[in-house]
Amino acid sequence: MFARVCEADFSQQALYDELCEHNQASQSGAVVTFTGRVRDYNAEGGIDGIELEYYPGMTESALQQLLEQATARFELTNAGIVHRVGKLPNQAQIVWVGTCAAHRQDAFNGASYMMDMLKQSVPIWKKEWAGDISTWVAAKGTDSEAAMRWLTDEKDD
Amino acid sequence: MKVKFFAQIREVTGTESLDMAVPADATIEGVRQTLMARGPQWQEALSANVLCACNQTLCDGSKTVSEQDEVAFFPPVTGG
Repeated sequence: MFARVCEADFSQQALYDELCEHNQASQSGAVVTFTGRVRDYNAEGGIDGIELEYYPGMTESALQQLLEQATARFELTNAGIVHRVGKLPNQAQIVWVGTCAAHRQDAFNGASYMMDMLKQSVPIWKKEWAGDISTWVAAKGTDSEAAMRWLTDEKDD
Repeated sequence: MKVKFFAQIREVTGTESLDMAVPADATIEGVRQTLMARGPQWQEALSANVLCACNQTLCDGSKTVSEQDEVAFFPPVTGG
């Protein structure tokens, strides 16, 4: 498992290779990866990029906790998560999650769970830039609902 | 005790972190109230929807804190 916060860009191929290293297809027939990128617009119009702030120490441990929760819940055979911070231009890669499981449904669910919970529980804050004007992004109700869906399912399990 | 601030709260207060003395039975809510009394910008920053952490773990206002703790105040998270 690996959880990282970094400023530098990442290579999806390198992360995929790391995820699958020492992880035979007999146990990990399914691999799902997700990459989030910077959109060039928000509700008000075009933007020029974003800036991400984090809480050194807490952010890394929150990401690690998320990996452990997803691994236990979906029987993942491996999982990784990488989140960039600092100033990122439009189109740049922001976040990557990867999951390995015996079968695809657990791999898909594990990746989806990590992204939904990340947006709810990991201390990272996004600011959007348009020219010289910067605006902090407000937490979205739809993100809360997505996270709540997993928490409700948990209760029903 | 060390107190850290992030995102809007850091910007509005103009403060990344500060050290403050706390009484023996202090709670996070008590710390927040003490900070809000520092001035209008502190009131603005800490009166809205604020999350808090003690020693880098999310907690609520009733948590008791001591001199050795690291407390943080921040807005709802927006990563991903």
